[in-house]
Amino acid sequence: MASAEGQQHPLGIYYKIWILLFVLSGFSYAVDYFEVQGALRWTLVITFMFLKAGFIVAIFMHAVWERLALVMTILGPPTVLLILIGFMSIEGNYTEGLRFDYMGHDRDAVALTPADLHGEEGDHGGEEEH
Amino acid sequence: MSEATASHEGITGLVDDWAADKQAYHVPWGKAMMWIFLVSDTFIFSCFLVGYLNVRITTTQPWPPQSEIFALSFGGDPIPLILIAIMTFILITSSGTMALAVNFGYRKDKAKTFWLICATAAFGASFVGMQAFEWTKLIVDEGVRPWGNPFGAPQFGSVFFMVTGFHGLHVSAGVIYLMWVALRVKRGYYDDKGFEIVEIAGLYWHFVDLVWVFIFAFFYLL
Repeated sequence: MASAEGQQHPLGIYYKIWILLFVLSGFSYAVDYFEVQGALRWTLVITFMFLKAGFIVAIFMHAVWERLALVMTILGPPTVLLILIGFMSIEGNYTEGLRFDYMGHDRDAVALTPADLHGEEGDHGGEEEH
Repeated sequence: MSEATASHEGITGLVDDWAADKQAYHVPWGKAMMWIFLVSDTFIFSCFLVGYLNVRITTTQPWPPQSEIFALSFGGDPIPLILIAIMTFILITSSGTMALAVNFGYRKDKAKTFWLICATAAFGASFVGMQAFEWTKLIVDEGVRPWGNPFGAPQFGSVFFMVTGFHGLHVSAGVIYLMWVALRVKRGYYDDKGFEIVEIAGLYWHFVDLVWVFIFAFFYLL
């Protein structure tokens, strides 16, 4: 699969991935629509997200057919971001703890919803933990 | 390009390609450059998203309920997150038409390539239109500002305008880029040069879709 001549592949694979991306997006939306909460929500949303991202990069952007030298250049550097994400979440949790413990912030504050503000009688969806 | 013929695959190929004094990437230079630009753009978007992660963890005020804020009513009860779902599907559709455009480009089918790129650009433009509608609704009806909002943590507004705004800018730039490529395809500018440019433009477009996958998950769903 010499990429110097360009990436030519049968159309069928594009249609299949296209449909798959629709289905996965539908699943992601269904997670919200059926109000799946907690750890299951995170697991499902992140799984569908990585599957979609993987198929877009691999098939639509042709990464599976590229040589490893190019693939490493594309996917290698962004992996260091995992360290940044790890550091920032540790630091973030520490900061949040300090604010609760020493600045007297309310641990049980609840967000308002558009229904609360526009004076409608609506169920309270704001108790989502973050 | 002439002396540097790719030989081995896999790990051996990786070492071969890097170890000798020769061309490392066996792709047209424009494509290698586009990939490197996209890697740098990945870092920009990642900085925004990691910044979002940090403010979302550190804020002690409750995070506004996205599902309800981005709900839209078509006469009846508001449907949660429906506009965002439609925008997601539109962007995936445009990614599909772009993938087909790349394929027909390499087949030198200029008419199909032209119309598929135009369709991609049209979907992109409608995405930006919906985003403008979403921003208007949030600013005018819900009173969300970059420095505060009536629902909860003020960081919600700054993250929202920053991240979706920067992404929308990418989509808008992509629409202009695609129209430019489409016109040149139609005029026969690439007949002798080859149609790699369609694939390069496609890489950019798929990247914009890719970023939206992450924004959709982290900002709207979680």
